[in-house]
Amino acid sequence: MKNLMNWIEYRLPVVEKMKIHMTQYPAPKNFNFWYFFGSLAIVVLVNQILTGIWLTMNYEPSAEGAFRSIEYIMRDVEYGWLLRYMHSTGASAFFVVVYLHMLRGMMYGSYQKPRELLWIFGMLIYLVLMAEAFMGYMLPWGQMSFWGAQVIISIFGVIPFIGDDLTLWIRGDYVISGATLNRFFALHVIALPLVLVILVFLHIMALHEVGSNNPDGIETKRDNDGTVPADAVSKFEFHDNFTKGGKKVIIDSIPFHPYYTVKDLVGLAGFLFLFAYVIFFMPEGGGYFLEAPNFELANPMKTPEHIAPVWYFTPFYAILRAVPNPLFGAVAMFAAILALALLPWIDRGKVRSVRYRCGLHKLNLVNFCISFVALGILGVLPATPLYTILSQLFSFTYFGFFILLWFYSKNENTKPLPERLT
Amino acid sequence: MSNAPVDHGRRRFLTIATSVVGGVGAIGAAVPFIASWSPSERARQAGAAVTVDVSKMEEGQLIRVEWRGKPVWIVKRTQEMIDSLPDHENRLRDPESKEPQQPHYAQNRHRSVRPEFFVAVGICTHFGCSPTYLPNEFAAQAEGVRSGFFCPCHGSRFDIAGRVFQNVPAPTNLEVPPYMYTDEFVIMIGEDEETA
Repeated sequence: MKNLMNWIEYRLPVVEKMKIHMTQYPAPKNFNFWYFFGSLAIVVLVNQILTGIWLTMNYEPSAEGAFRSIEYIMRDVEYGWLLRYMHSTGASAFFVVVYLHMLRGMMYGSYQKPRELLWIFGMLIYLVLMAEAFMGYMLPWGQMSFWGAQVIISIFGVIPFIGDDLTLWIRGDYVISGATLNRFFALHVIALPLVLVILVFLHIMALHEVGSNNPDGIETKRDNDGTVPADAVSKFEFHDNFTKGGKKVIIDSIPFHPYYTVKDLVGLAGFLFLFAYVIFFMPEGGGYFLEAPNFELANPMKTPEHIAPVWYFTPFYAILRAVPNPLFGAVAMFAAILALALLPWIDRGKVRSVRYRCGLHKLNLVNFCISFVALGILGVLPATPLYTILSQLFSFTYFGFFILLWFYSKNENTKPLPERLT
Repeated sequence: MSNAPVDHGRRRFLTIATSVVGGVGAIGAAVPFIASWSPSERARQAGAAVTVDVSKMEEGQLIRVEWRGKPVWIVKRTQEMIDSLPDHENRLRDPESKEPQQPHYAQNRHRSVRPEFFVAVGICTHFGCSPTYLPNEFAAQAEGVRSGFFCPCHGSRFDIAGRVFQNVPAPTNLEVPPYMYTDEFVIMIGEDEETA
């Protein structure tokens, strides 16, 4: 047995990699519950892939058969209802954990140097996830699948000169049809998941290169120049990759496995309680996870009374609608996502964690959260004059977060950082 | 193996030349993948423009043709109908057709290329029912307006240029498809001078 292990290890260093990434990987010891969401996102991704594969076994990707095959899955396939609800609830759960994961990064400055690339990979994951969710929502071929896709694809039509040809190319037909459904199916089940898995891999590799940030936002890998007090140095054995042959000392850290794998299991248990509750007792999420018009077959001749995207798109949809000119609305919507991606460069501060940043930053972060949630609510509601004005107001405060941050972060009045993790 | 010194200039030239040729090949190989997303021949056939001869239409007559699965109306309006268009404009939601529900050449009072022929998609902009054409009996729906379109589903009202009245469920005027005259009395629906 030992010989076999050595034989493999010589050819593929599995044990060595396990040490680098798990058992001898240093993670700061003061992670709080905000650090659950990264591992939870992986769990949800696995759930989506697994249930998704099983759904394709009975799903029929055609304008004639799609809606019928969903009903077949729900009624006749053994446990088909459960697999589908796990998948549809999983989509919303994915965005819940990803949004919380992103907020954690914003609170503790996890996007700041040297984690810019890590943040960019995260934003790419978020973009692909949105495309994945949008295309997945079209597959049941219900009314909201059809009309939601109609609205979203027509956003590309506002691009000057090429807009109409571009939408025609995306649809593959003059109207949204079976051709559109089939290509979205192909992208949803194979192309985008592949990209997603590769991006997640790169995200984790980029993380393990620079190491996790922590709620205090201070460096835990210090130069071994004798200034680090002996009691601060972690007693655990960490891989040479991180200690650089004794050049670095690692303070206040613990190995990822078993300490954080066990802690993440607690988070997972809590998450699964909520997840299972939704699946079994409110699988439609009150009409927000699966919208009512989607229980009706897609009908190009009949526009639903009120078209609203699924909740995780609504903050950006509200920004789109807030601008009267459709082209500038689409630009504003993409700018809202781009601004997030550029956060490492918009924030010129040196202190990472909100704990030690100025009072204005704390208020600004609250402003961001309120703006984002308010836009999310307004994006679900019909565009009445009052709601449009409110959408404009909150779009203003949303972008205001970034503009303010850029100005005050340059010469910010920060609190002194602690020597060690608190 | 020769131990001659490395000719860097030659190596750079070969690297660049190989990259260029390979790059062109990659672009060429991308063509079928990108082009395959364009509408197929079958979709193009189903979405082709429709030609209609309107020379035999009578005054006030409405005919329906199908274009891309939608009913398209052609109405030959009487002079009286055309003259009545300005009379009720204060009761319309969008009398000047500011909403982009028509090609620019139909953004006028009669919402058509030639005043006598009105071409529109016969689907109510509210919920997709097909409104009823009332050439003479429309006054029962809108006082003082003799002709127009009335949607029986939710009571939306449009005048004889497809302009929506105020206080009805339909939000916008009826959609005018792209079209052009290929001859004095031949209308081609689905294509105009810009797309042809």
